[in-house]
Amino acid sequence: MKLPELLSWMVDGEAVDPAVSRQHQQRLAELRREDVSRPTVFVGAGTCGLGAGAKQTLAAVHTYLDSHEIKADVVMVGCVGLCSLEPIVDVQLPGRSRVCFKQITADKVPALLESALAGTVRDNLVLGQYRQAASGIWPDVPFLDEHPFFAPQTRWVLANCGVINPSQIEEYIARGGYGALVKVLRDMTPEVACDVVEQSGLRGRGGGGFPTGKKWKFARQSPGDQKYLICNADEGDPGAFMDRAVIESDPHRLVEGMAIAAYGIGASKAYVYIRAEYPLAIKRLKAAIAQAEANGLIGDNILGTDFSLHVIIKMGAGAFVCGEETALIHSIEGRRGMPRPRPPFPAVSGLFGKPTIINNVETLANLPTVISGGAERFAALGTKTSKGTKVFALSGKVSRTGLVEVAMGTPVRKIVFDIGGGIPNGKAYKAVQIGGPSGGCIPTQHLDIDVDYESLKMVGAIMGSGGLVVMDEDTCMVDVAKFFMDFIQRESCGKCIPCREGTRRMLEILQRITRGRKRERGIESLDRFKSVLHLQSLAETIRDTSLCGLGQTAPNPVLSTLRWFRDEYEAHIYDRVCPAAACTELIIYSIDADKCRGCTVCAKKCPAGAILGAAKSPHHIVVDKCIGCGCCVDACRFDAVVKQ
Amino acid sequence: MTTDLDAVLQRYPNASRDALIPILQEVQQEQGYLSRDAVVQVGRHLRLPTSKIYGVATFYNQFRFQPQGRNHVQVCRGTACHVKGSAAILDAVKRELKIEAGQTSRDGEFSLEVVACIGACGLAPVICVNGEFHAGVTTKSVGKIVDSYRRKAPRNDGDETA
Repeated sequence: MKLPELLSWMVDGEAVDPAVSRQHQQRLAELRREDVSRPTVFVGAGTCGLGAGAKQTLAAVHTYLDSHEIKADVVMVGCVGLCSLEPIVDVQLPGRSRVCFKQITADKVPALLESALAGTVRDNLVLGQYRQAASGIWPDVPFLDEHPFFAPQTRWVLANCGVINPSQIEEYIARGGYGALVKVLRDMTPEVACDVVEQSGLRGRGGGGFPTGKKWKFARQSPGDQKYLICNADEGDPGAFMDRAVIESDPHRLVEGMAIAAYGIGASKAYVYIRAEYPLAIKRLKAAIAQAEANGLIGDNILGTDFSLHVIIKMGAGAFVCGEETALIHSIEGRRGMPRPRPPFPAVSGLFGKPTIINNVETLANLPTVISGGAERFAALGTKTSKGTKVFALSGKVSRTGLVEVAMGTPVRKIVFDIGGGIPNGKAYKAVQIGGPSGGCIPTQHLDIDVDYESLKMVGAIMGSGGLVVMDEDTCMVDVAKFFMDFIQRESCGKCIPCREGTRRMLEILQRITRGRKRERGIESLDRFKSVLHLQSLAETIRDTSLCGLGQTAPNPVLSTLRWFRDEYEAHIYDRVCPAAACTELIIYSIDADKCRGCTVCAKKCPAGAILGAAKSPHHIVVDKCIGCGCCVDACRFDAVVKQ
Repeated sequence: MTTDLDAVLQRYPNASRDALIPILQEVQQEQGYLSRDAVVQVGRHLRLPTSKIYGVATFYNQFRFQPQGRNHVQVCRGTACHVKGSAAILDAVKRELKIEAGQTSRDGEFSLEVVACIGACGLAPVICVNGEFHAGVTTKSVGKIVDSYRRKAPRNDGDETA
């Protein structure tokens, strides 16, 4: 099959016929939207955007344009990454650069379009304008790349996210897409491709951080007529959503990355193991694969070479452990997703017993940059051991939540306070949890460490998939440890005893610590103290004896919080007090008699019947009956319920 | 019911074991849950013992063995949602619907599921009803959200198995 004309023109340079060349130039400018011939409205419609109401916004845009009989293009783009200001709408007028507006819910659409289409910008809604050489800039509108959220970022993987229409392969090609695939197929042997990736210093972005090029070589050197590539898009870490955003907003980058990886290792079949919880990502990826196939960029004999690749999408069925390589393979084979001992490593004997390489979405999405920019350029960014960029999903108690891509070696403080805008409501920073249930916490005194694989390990955290959950003074660290332990013990596959039994016991210990005295009977308080003594040694045993990565890292949340926040554990254990007032059973609610008007609303709402009092006289909470649900706090209109 | 099942199985002629999970996913998509009959038939089609099929199906969180309610409520219990108070949200939803997680209300109107992470952490805390996301939920707004579905006419399209 023939390479799409445009791509071949971009790779080969000037066409013989200058008229054709001009035509292509024009088409490129059009696809890159350097300028538009009529007003264009872009609506960010990733899952985050849709959650914030982008669907209604989109409908309102159409209604407005139709009712005013304005001829304009409406484009659905992916997610630019600034989740907390969604829905984001961009407007581009002919001869003017594209302007980005924040929090455009459906009700704001008419006013926004009226002013924007007339060529004026309302200050309170504007986020910034794109830097576009070909079109006139808006006076008095800041540039988007100077916005505090975007300025410190280096966007390689996310370069196209929220900018291009993810369902148009041409828009990806116009921004240099698939150029790396052409380059690798024409100029490099698979061995050279492996070398380039190894020299670039790219390491797996899914958790372990194993050098990608090295891993490929293992599979390349393993004998076998059939080899497989698996893209791990089973983003199970709670708190991480970068893979979803990349697939939703720029699916062709992943397809291109997979084709490059498959060529490098010699695989002719690739599987994408993607979470079923991501319906939009699956839809976009399916469409992208179909388009790439139609254009001869994957399929049989790609670009006239004898390299063929077929991509198959497998939906995960909701098991966290399937992020582990061997468990994932079992799941694709139609078995229970349980890990097995390694060696043999999947690179030697993996899917259906054949050599298999499993790479994470972000790792694969980095490949076009590695190949087209060259290994040196990639390796120039970052620290000694960690190269390139890393995408973090910033969420929790932080002003600006969203996807952040920074160069390796960026201090954590910069991510949380400069990009994220710090802690909202004037609260104090307590910790940032990194790496999901396998990771750890970074306390205030280590905020200045640089993010790379090694320095994070030094403070007891891991890079993991890159979820950054910020916690403030209202977050209880014992509660966080309990939350992760509850998650892990539910997700433990049950194969090896340290993980199956150990995580359950650890959860019970944490539950005992956070339980109020009134629910303790007889020997339980002795058990409570006994178990506290065992917490650390139990954690270390699980870490040292579990079969797979899930079990070995399962105690990390406990070990990490014990290391940095021992005082909080002690307050729970000795004083039975939760300093952050987050552990419901340790909170004592009471009613301020001066504020209470006796409206009886709280007594009616209380599910435990713990509130007594006559109408129009101050009420009282019976501590022994109170279950600590906090309903009364929500119900009270006079702020009379006090939490202690 | 059986015709749906046959149609799914026909899409996988001569299937081997690696087609098991996709088949179960499609059956659940069509029928809303995995009935005992469906599991037995899938086993016959793949020439696998029913016990093996149950072994796989019960391992994964996605598969249900009871019918779903007309409105399916998913409460996200991811880290970001937890930090922003999703435990209280879950309690509020339970109180509002008067069912526990994993149950379907007696009138078949609502079912409740706790999910590990929906991946919308930037909007935490999040609940998802029939595939529609609700961002920044508070214990106070839960009632309003649930009521907005209560008043709607019964849905008959099967696309809520997101």
